[in-house]
Amino acid sequence: MEMILAFTVLGVLLVLGMGALGTAIGFGILGGKFLEGSARQPELAPKLQGSMFLVAGLIDAVTMIGIGIGMWFTFANPFVASLGG
Amino acid sequence: MAESAGLEHSAAEQTVQEYITHHLSFLTFGRTHDGHLGFAHTPEEAADMGFWSVNVDTLGWSIFLGAGFLLFFRWVGQKASVDSPSGIQNFVEMVVEFVEARVTEGFNHKNDLIGPLCLTLFFWILLMNTMDLVPVDWITKAFEIFAATAFGFEHAPFKIVPTTDPNITMGLSVTVFVMIVYYSIKNKGLGGFLGELAFHPFGKWMMPFNLIIEVPTLLAKPISLGLRLFGNLYAGELLFLLIASMLGFWQLPAHFAWAAFHLLVIPLQAFVFMMLTIVYLNQAHDKEAH
Repeated sequence: MEMILAFTVLGVLLVLGMGALGTAIGFGILGGKFLEGSARQPELAPKLQGSMFLVAGLIDAVTMIGIGIGMWFTFANPFVASLGG
Repeated sequence: MAESAGLEHSAAEQTVQEYITHHLSFLTFGRTHDGHLGFAHTPEEAADMGFWSVNVDTLGWSIFLGAGFLLFFRWVGQKASVDSPSGIQNFVEMVVEFVEARVTEGFNHKNDLIGPLCLTLFFWILLMNTMDLVPVDWITKAFEIFAATAFGFEHAPFKIVPTTDPNITMGLSVTVFVMIVYYSIKNKGLGGFLGELAFHPFGKWMMPFNLIIEVPTLLAKPISLGLRLFGNLYAGELLFLLIASMLGFWQLPAHFAWAAFHLLVIPLQAFVFMMLTIVYLNQAHDKEAH
């Protein structure tokens, strides 16, 4: 039982950590490209900004799904429930 | 339930775990442990109700916000004036023009449903998401007191943000998915639609491989659409709960900081949902091979 809880904690930490890592790198590349593009053609900057926010919302998606799954495991751990714990 | 009530009163306060679990529970109506229809009194009872149960608080808030949005826009539309627009009219026009610009640049076919659909999706999801900014305990505590005094329903859960309920977000995305399939079949014919799944991107001799690629792509659309909105809002609300329960006095600046960040996520998720709907429905109308 303690082992299940311990491994759940590690699992949740991996999900959250790797999600944060991927999102941070993704946003960094996205923001960098946006800055490059709008430096090259400043008149396109508003249009590029709109598309940037759209892609930012998409990048966030799987990370947030991971956060949701992580919280589910933290507060309503199905493994514990199935053990009858 | 007697044990949890006793636990609360004997320890001078709820544990953090109980507080969070209470605020993450919905007001579920279904078949209770006794066998008759009623509200669930514990999270375990709510889970045992299974599929045939209804989250009454989610339904109530989503219908209230949707009806409010429709009536408000209709009222502004009826008293709209070309010569001297009021401030409210300017605001409504701004929202409508914003959605219209996105739809005209993203949707390249003729369909009268898409404009109102995207306006509804955007503004309704925006309203439901904005409920997340109301402090966690205000409305929930008021309802708890009301339910305890009026009905003897102790410790009633009540969630005010409908989009933290996967039922609502998946309901929206499944509806969009049904529309994708309907318009695909309507514009390309059933054979055309199935042919696109079976014969793209490789030729017809690679049909199993094509299906392995195309069917998950098709199914990922509603799943990711619904779960993206749910995950963002659930994480935001959970963080508010954690700040409220764990930081004591220092929750005030922390709440402010997180709310400032969440102010970006709220319209962004509504916008992303609307844009993806436009893109998917445009693809459904495209007769061109990809």
